[in-house]
Amino acid sequence: MQASRMTVTIASTPARSGRQPTGPHLPAPVTPLLDRIAATREDDFTSNVYSTIDVLWVLYDRILRISPERTDDPERDRFLLSKGHAVAGYYAILAAKGFVPPDWLDDLHSPTNRLGGHPDRTLVPGVEIGSGSLGHGLGLGVGTALGLRAQGLLGPRVYVLLGDAELDEGSNHEAVAYAGATGLGGLTAIVVDNSSATHGWPGGIADRFTVNGWTAATVDGRDHDALYAALTGHDQHRPHVVVAVVEPKE
Amino acid sequence: MRDVFVDTTHQLLTEDPRTALVLADISADSFQEAARRHPDRVINVGIREQLLVGVGGGLALTGLRPIVHTYAPFLVERAYEQIKLDLDHQDVTAVLVSVGASYDRPEAGRTHLSPADVALIDTLHGWTVHVPGHPDEVAPLLRAAVAADDPVYLRLSTMANRRPYGGNGDLRVVRDAGPGTPLLVAVGPLLDEALAAVEGLPVTVAYTHRPRPFDTAGLRALATTEVILVEPYLAGTSSRVVADALTDRPHQVLALGVGRKDLRRYGTAADHNRWHGLDAAGIRRAVDAFLS
Repeated sequence: MQASRMTVTIASTPARSGRQPTGPHLPAPVTPLLDRIAATREDDFTSNVYSTIDVLWVLYDRILRISPERTDDPERDRFLLSKGHAVAGYYAILAAKGFVPPDWLDDLHSPTNRLGGHPDRTLVPGVEIGSGSLGHGLGLGVGTALGLRAQGLLGPRVYVLLGDAELDEGSNHEAVAYAGATGLGGLTAIVVDNSSATHGWPGGIADRFTVNGWTAATVDGRDHDALYAALTGHDQHRPHVVVAVVEPKE
Repeated sequence: MRDVFVDTTHQLLTEDPRTALVLADISADSFQEAARRHPDRVINVGIREQLLVGVGGGLALTGLRPIVHTYAPFLVERAYEQIKLDLDHQDVTAVLVSVGASYDRPEAGRTHLSPADVALIDTLHGWTVHVPGHPDEVAPLLRAAVAADDPVYLRLSTMANRRPYGGNGDLRVVRDAGPGTPLLVAVGPLLDEALAAVEGLPVTVAYTHRPRPFDTAGLRALATTEVILVEPYLAGTSSRVVADALTDRPHQVLALGVGRKDLRRYGTAADHNRWHGLDAAGIRRAVDAFLS
């Protein structure tokens, strides 16, 4: 089975050698916005930025039920960026989708700009959590999913984006185990795997989730259609993880 | 105090659909009925304290008012970064309720002692800290905390004064030794020991169950030159606040509380009060030395 065609798969992660990530091909609307950032802040363009750009684009372009006009709507989907570093791509997509003015991209981190090295939910429209320290987003996502359910808000889903190295944080394991054990169906985690975890995850990342009762799909993190299928083709009765494999971090 | 907390929380869950309770196994048995009645708002995450506070933050992000409860060292010390980031930095709030205090279970050893909790909360901004001195003080404090929107730490203990003093948390004079006398401020369950300690001395004694925000206006009204703090947690926790409040006046502060050293001793809470100089005799010795 090709990784890019998997939608809901339980514990059958293909070997890393079997995957052929196709490499970055920036979404057209985002390219000029990233160029604006690059014009002033070359240092923000680590491979981390490019590792998440396709996933972010698919989420914002095709999945998330959110818009700049309804950032406070209780019925909106929630997107929680847990790996809050290297956010240039996130900011570019927020600008592409109208959440922030494009001219905010021209002087990131400046004393008067709301866009800093890590996003702050109180400063940036559309940003659901302030993040930066790794290992906080999934716990907040679990609480958000529980809070929505407790208020009868069964439509919105909660999406949390993490990195493979971020999974080293033990706090994520608390959240993975609890969400799986309680069948928290409103939660989707997306793990961008660019092989940056210091000791790696032998056997693949998805197994860590499926053994705890999640459904999982492992796909080419550059293949937009595969990402879309993986993010939508699950039963919604259990928490779901999409492992988006991209080229290894340099 | 824990029983009052359980009963009051059960009532709040019934009365106010905004209320949610997050547990990490501690006290979960006591909330079985509440969990049965409100399965979506009584959440036990198991022995996962980082997730405990993270879930509290997530619930608050959706508009609920979470009560987050476990043993003090696990709630405040183990999950400190979650309190800082998953609550404070998200600009959302919760009511944290601990049991165990500084040494309610000293037979369990250092792992279950939490004398630094109030000092840690005090590194954050805008928190209200309540340290009730009697079980009868707990219900109104919890009710007011849950009804409001600000961050609250409610520190429950098995130690208690013989009677409740209540009030809104402003300094309350319980022994007036007259104008110009040194002021002793006793926090929460140490009031009885403090009163016994200064018997016969010209020392005015005031009580508070709310060390944060400290009643600095009341302090300025009552304090002359000598101020004695008697706190049931880390010694000196409120020295900074007193110094700031009296910065324009010559003053001396004696800050009594729990010492920093790991004593590596078990015993009882009364033993630890004695070892840390927080029994009446120990407070008396320190006050005599300070005023002589």
